Amino acid sequence: MIPVLVMLLAGLSASTDLFSHLWQTVLPDYIANTLLLGVFVVLLSLVFGVISAALIVHTNIKGKAVLRWLLMLPLAMPAYLVAYLYTDLFDYAGPVQRSLRAWFNWQSPNDYIFFDIRTLGGASIIIALVLFPYIYMLARTAFEQQDQNLLRASRTLGLNAKQSFYKIALPLARPAIAVGASLVLMETLADFATVQYFAVNTLTTAIYDTWLGYGDLATANALASVLMLFILFTLVAEQRARAGQAHQSNRINKTHQIIQLSSSAQFFAGSFCWLLVIAGFILPFLLLINMAWQYSSSEQFWTLVPTGINSIKVAVWAASLTTILALIFVLFKRLDKSRWRTLPVQISGFGYAIPGTVLAMAMMSTFAPIDYFINDVAKFLGLTQPGLLLSGSIFAIIFAYLVRFAAIANGAIDSGIKQIPKSLDFAPASLGAGLTKTLTKVHLPLLKSSIWVAWLLVFVEAMKELPAVLLLRPFNFETLSTQIYQLISDEMLEQGALGAILIVLLGLLPIIWLNRNNSDGKKQTTKELA
Amino acid sequence: MFLKTSKIVSGFLITITLTLSAFSSLANEEVSVYSYRQPFLVKPLFDMFTKQSGIKVNVVFAKKGMAERLAREGEYSPADILLTTDISRLIELQDRDLLQANNSKILQAAIPSQYRATDNTWFALTTRVRNIYSAKRLGNIQFNYEDLADSKYKGRICTRSGKHAYTVALVASMVAEHGEEKTLTWLEDFKDNLARKPQGNDRGQVQAIHQNLCDISLGNSYYFGKMLKDEKQKAWADAVNINFPNQANRGAHVNISGVALAKYSPNSKNAKALMEFLVSEPAQELYAQTNMEYPVRLGVAPSELVASWGEFKTDNLSLVTIAKNRKLALKLIDKARFDL
Repeated sequence: MIPVLVMLLAGLSASTDLFSHLWQTVLPDYIANTLLLGVFVVLLSLVFGVISAALIVHTNIKGKAVLRWLLMLPLAMPAYLVAYLYTDLFDYAGPVQRSLRAWFNWQSPNDYIFFDIRTLGGASIIIALVLFPYIYMLARTAFEQQDQNLLRASRTLGLNAKQSFYKIALPLARPAIAVGASLVLMETLADFATVQYFAVNTLTTAIYDTWLGYGDLATANALASVLMLFILFTLVAEQRARAGQAHQSNRINKTHQIIQLSSSAQFFAGSFCWLLVIAGFILPFLLLINMAWQYSSSEQFWTLVPTGINSIKVAVWAASLTTILALIFVLFKRLDKSRWRTLPVQISGFGYAIPGTVLAMAMMSTFAPIDYFINDVAKFLGLTQPGLLLSGSIFAIIFAYLVRFAAIANGAIDSGIKQIPKSLDFAPASLGAGLTKTLTKVHLPLLKSSIWVAWLLVFVEAMKELPAVLLLRPFNFETLSTQIYQLISDEMLEQGALGAILIVLLGLLPIIWLNRNNSDGKKQTTKELA
Repeated sequence: MFLKTSKIVSGFLITITLTLSAFSSLANEEVSVYSYRQPFLVKPLFDMFTKQSGIKVNVVFAKKGMAERLAREGEYSPADILLTTDISRLIELQDRDLLQANNSKILQAAIPSQYRATDNTWFALTTRVRNIYSAKRLGNIQFNYEDLADSKYKGRICTRSGKHAYTVALVASMVAEHGEEKTLTWLEDFKDNLARKPQGNDRGQVQAIHQNLCDISLGNSYYFGKMLKDEKQKAWADAVNINFPNQANRGAHVNISGVALAKYSPNSKNAKALMEFLVSEPAQELYAQTNMEYPVRLGVAPSELVASWGEFKTDNLSLVTIAKNRKLALKLIDKARFDL
């Protein structure tokens, strides 16, 4: 919250000269690109995420036990990595087009038509491929936790399975899907590295140009604030559209009725899911393994161990703190009665839309004065001065992640708490249980899976995050992502393939673990129902 | 409940702060470097320095926002040395009063005066030429940067983003030579000649020439050597000639990588030792051999491979002028909508 304010204030002294220069030259195109990219990525992610979630929960497609968690895997792939791999693969000089030319004996680009990967369209598809799991995960959880009695009731009223899905299940899942979509949107808009590979210029390009090129941080802050206002507007519009919808049920029935698909429909549905898994995870992962196979040594592997530990350390801290705060905010929103109860959740969510480097700057502006104060006090008391205690250590990184990823944790836990009937807030009290007891005995156990989802999402994101850690880290502190970035920026990903694989694998661990936990939980509920 | 949790949270925060304070306490014989250059490029040099002097070198690498970080840290900044590429970054640091002079006689003796600041705040370590790569199929050509706008190369030129520091510096030198208006026209015509939207990096353009997507590209000199030494990329480099532009007139555009002493350097003695080491003969030779850049120290020869590309004339335009023209160059690049 404070960093956001710092940024807004700094934006106030923006230079109108530079702004009007940008406005007259490139800014309208950047804005158009930003809007189009946002719309395309969100639409594609919705198509990918909602359809696959619905197929997994509501139909009888084959292999769904495996697909159910395979579809989460693209989340472990950093977008900048996938962008690099795919632009390399489909570029004019890449292996795919080279083989095509060799095959058909084409000589130049005029001899054939091949889609250009480095376009807005190419970027949208690739970004959606790695971001859709947000929507998938939240939508799937929503579908799975819906009260099936409602769907049954709709069936007795004459709807067929499909109709009741569209009329009941989908609208009920809308809050979760909306949260997923807003995460996708924010992630897309704040991105810089990925779109750069695709040679697509967006508002973030303008932010970096004004700051690093024109040396005007104030105008850069102003542009970043515009970006945030745009996101704020979208979020509020979405919430308005959803206002007044509420669903409460006391006895939740989770036995799903499965829509039986014909065998050809099963085939298409299955292919759709597999294609997402292959394009979003398996293919890039194999490319990485191939690179590592050709270029890596065991010596390289051992240098990765301390780096990997740094990554995990930062990610665990970030995930734990963010989840705890999100829990507090969400419970406050739920239980407090004042008008302002939703404010913490909403405000803390904006951080996600701030480009990492801009956020890093805001961190420094926030903590450097505090560090100065600490040092002045130390000087006054005659103690040794501690130096840059906060802004010069991993504290700043962890705090940056707290700001950046609060939206993810808030979203996951908030959509979880909406599944808990409101009556449960008060029933225990009528039995004499205090607030603490109600929360620890009732809400927390029921929220367990949402809390895990939140923790997991933040952990994976923190593992992958690049720009903030790059700028805020102390001396000799490398994480997997900073190491890979250094190699990628010199077109030497081959040398860093092993590290990239490690990021992906570490990101996978919690996904797999969570999946196991989840299916255990499911068995339990089924037993209880029986 | 809330109170309790917030206690736990603040407990956490205190624990982190304590564990972190271990990080910020630095031992005695050290020197700390903020580097725009990638660690694997400079690590062999630092290793050699540590072996010679016993002084440990701490590094943090980042390109974006390093100057800002330094400025925010102010007098408590742990940084001693700044290592950068591109003259504009050095001048930016100087302009923002983030540097201090290093009046070492050794540095002044080793570095020609056009490659260091008059107030001794920054020093070049290596120079690099902005070369023109041309497809071998074009044969031997005499090329001027001005020819990038020549319509006979329509659809045959590839380049990286116009916003990249190397391109901006070249445009800044064009502004100095031709003035604002002509440079804009040049940029617009140059843009019309592009085979594709500016993208990728310098090597990627050579790869595109190898694949017959274009004939001409812009690229720094050392990439040629690096490609020749890479198994996979050798084929790309073999498809092109490296040209030193404007040999019949003002000479080829040159940029530098450099070093500066931070204003509040806590270990300035060690920092000065490191700076002097970086211009010493062994260090300059290492720069020449491993990075294939042109050593700034007179008397140290470039690597054999680099020397084989021949002698050439460099543009005498002052580096300070290039840095001064940078914002204007960037504006022109925006005006020409070069990247769009």
